[in-house]
Amino acid sequence: MYSDILVRYGEISLKGKNRKLFEKILMQNIKLRIRDIGRFTIERTFGRIYLRKVNELTDKVIQRLTMIPGVVSVSPVVRAGLDLDEFKECALNVLLDALPNGGTFKVETKRANKQYPLKSPEVTRILGGHLLTNYPHELTVDVHNPDVIVYIEIREHDVYIYSKVVAGPGGLPIGASGRGLLLISGGIDSPVAGWMGMKRGVTIDALHFHSFPFTSERSKEKVIELTRILAQYSGRIRLVIGHFTDIQKAIGLHCPEKLHITIMRRMMFRMATKVADMLNAKVLLTGESIGQVASQTLESMEVINAVTNIPVLRPLITADKTEIIDIARKIGTFETSILPYEDCCTVFVPEAPATKPKIKDAEAAEVNLDIDQLIEDAINKSEVLIVTSDGIVAEFDRIGDSE
Amino acid sequence: MNNIVYLDHSATTPVHPKVITAMVEMMEEDYGNPSSLHRMGMVAEKKIRKAREQVAEVLGVKSKEIIFTSGGTEANNLAIRGIALQYANRGKHLITTTIEHPSVLNTFKELETEGFTVTYLNVDREGFIQIDQLKEALIPGTILVSVMHVNNEIGSVQPIQQIGELIKAFDHRTFFHVDAIQSFSKTELDLSQMKIDLLTISGHKIHGPKGIGALYVNEKINLKPQLYGGGQERNIRSGTENVPGIIGLGLAVELIAEEQKSKIDKLRKLKAWFLEEVTKQIDDVKINGPASIEDIYSEKSTPQIINLSFPGLKAEVLLHALEDFEIYVSTGSACHSRNSEPSHVLQAIKLSGRELESAIRISLGYWTRREELEYLLQHLPGLVSELRILMQR
Repeated sequence: MYSDILVRYGEISLKGKNRKLFEKILMQNIKLRIRDIGRFTIERTFGRIYLRKVNELTDKVIQRLTMIPGVVSVSPVVRAGLDLDEFKECALNVLLDALPNGGTFKVETKRANKQYPLKSPEVTRILGGHLLTNYPHELTVDVHNPDVIVYIEIREHDVYIYSKVVAGPGGLPIGASGRGLLLISGGIDSPVAGWMGMKRGVTIDALHFHSFPFTSERSKEKVIELTRILAQYSGRIRLVIGHFTDIQKAIGLHCPEKLHITIMRRMMFRMATKVADMLNAKVLLTGESIGQVASQTLESMEVINAVTNIPVLRPLITADKTEIIDIARKIGTFETSILPYEDCCTVFVPEAPATKPKIKDAEAAEVNLDIDQLIEDAINKSEVLIVTSDGIVAEFDRIGDSE
Repeated sequence: MNNIVYLDHSATTPVHPKVITAMVEMMEEDYGNPSSLHRMGMVAEKKIRKAREQVAEVLGVKSKEIIFTSGGTEANNLAIRGIALQYANRGKHLITTTIEHPSVLNTFKELETEGFTVTYLNVDREGFIQIDQLKEALIPGTILVSVMHVNNEIGSVQPIQQIGELIKAFDHRTFFHVDAIQSFSKTELDLSQMKIDLLTISGHKIHGPKGIGALYVNEKINLKPQLYGGGQERNIRSGTENVPGIIGLGLAVELIAEEQKSKIDKLRKLKAWFLEEVTKQIDDVKINGPASIEDIYSEKSTPQIINLSFPGLKAEVLLHALEDFEIYVSTGSACHSRNSEPSHVLQAIKLSGRELESAIRISLGYWTRREELEYLLQHLPGLVSELRILMQR
């Protein structure tokens, strides 16, 4: 029944001068994300985007569109001729699809085509009457708070009719806010943090710290799978597999056990800062949430954050675990995150990790580490994977080669 | 050494090339359904008959006493549930051990929810059940005793003949099931002497394919089917036969039986040599299961399974470290700290926490060469001491 799709992108239309640029980015992102389904004409008019002649692929395309940051909502649209009897019937079908079991509704008519013989209120009245008479279940008009609104847009050559509204993630289109480097583990939190960054328009690269044999190949596969799920929203993610084994070993050999986690996190932040610089990312993103584990107390965060000079975004910082899990379920990462393979943070857990470390203690504990050399070697041994929703599409042996 | 050193034969084995050839032929040419009336059906049926004879002959039983299943798990389920549900009118008491494979243990756990009572026999620190305890557990109304021949994790060989004799002396109508998945072709097996009524074997542990197993069921037993359908396998196990799998199993059984005589002694010596070397070269190694070298030669310890603990490190990390050298072993427990459940077998033999988390299993096959174990010994001592220092436990 539906032929076209209407895409609403509320927030970006508010952004004054940047609006044109944002719209362009969103259109590009949409094209990229539906390219494999088909190539459709995409138009932008009156602060909305229309996809033309999608026809039987409507459901499939809508499912994709509602995952794209920047999309507030979408509606499948029926395109009809200007003949009143024709679009009356279409309106009934549209209403039945949006409201299958009865309820309240209203009709809203917009008449862009001023040559059309009937005025908007007249069209609304005629259609309202037609729907009330022919709708097979209980139906009443409610102009203030209807269950559904049937929109009629009368245009030059045709009429658009739509009612069903499918919500998208909202936010800003990816690419509108610069680049960030997500520290991704196999856990529940970091993929959610990455998704929230994307939702605010941040282009996400990801860095995973791999410590084979302390962590298994399976945990790496798990991170690749989580990245693949995130790539469903963004199209493409550059995933750096950071070689962290030698750093782990050095910490194990040269640092007091009580501070292992703190120093491990400091080394991760140092390495991430370097990698971000190489990838031209302006910020780091983490899945940290206050108090969740020993390294996420405010005292720990201070000590860990002290090693980097770029902003660290922590989208989940005040979220509860249950709230994080809700989002993880919604974005589809939860089931993969809870697979029981170890990540870095769970092999080295000492009996009593320091929850209130001090910067000077951490610095003292690091005196026997050749920090710069360790980081440089680790970066040289790291590899880069380009991940899309189909999986790995390219691999590079060096971070610098992945541009 | 560039090749893979595969030391995880108790998990699964590579398929014998002759078995592969035979199976491919079944898929490419003789792909008829054995139930079909035409010639192609008959060819498949004949091949199955031959496979059944191959298995029966090696086990020393009648070919009609062999039921093909989808593997060891199904065979164990069929044996245990098939007896329990068929003979519940004689009694509802069952006996097994605490160190059985999950396909046995969980079947008994399920039967407990269906009104049966199960006695789980404990094992000693080397993994052997105590005959006296079995004696005490047997009561009028015990309809089935199920004991694994060789434990898959620690390689202890239960005194099956003694157990069989005891059961039958108590009541000749009490059935005796033996899970012989790990013991078949590695340990002496004489079904009539051992008074075994039902016995499970699996294809992929003996260089056969995965997805195929066989259950020996004494002809006097009337087993209650667990799958209903077209009445294949004497109506005990319906479903179109896995013809390539069955042909593969039959051939694998025949091939390994031919090899058994010449290889088994070699395997025993290999294990004995390795245990001596490893305890010499590494401090603080614990041999889990029967620990003395004599046990290997007196058939108390199976020749192919070696289970060792290296207190102070985590087994999974050692496993991955060995993997880096293309050496493949397995662990007694995965060590994800969040929801780890250490091996029930290693817990049953009362290992300490440090022994539990550091246990690895090295399992040999007939094709394992001494050089492969030498290669392992080149790397193992160094890795163990390195990881012990790193993990500081």
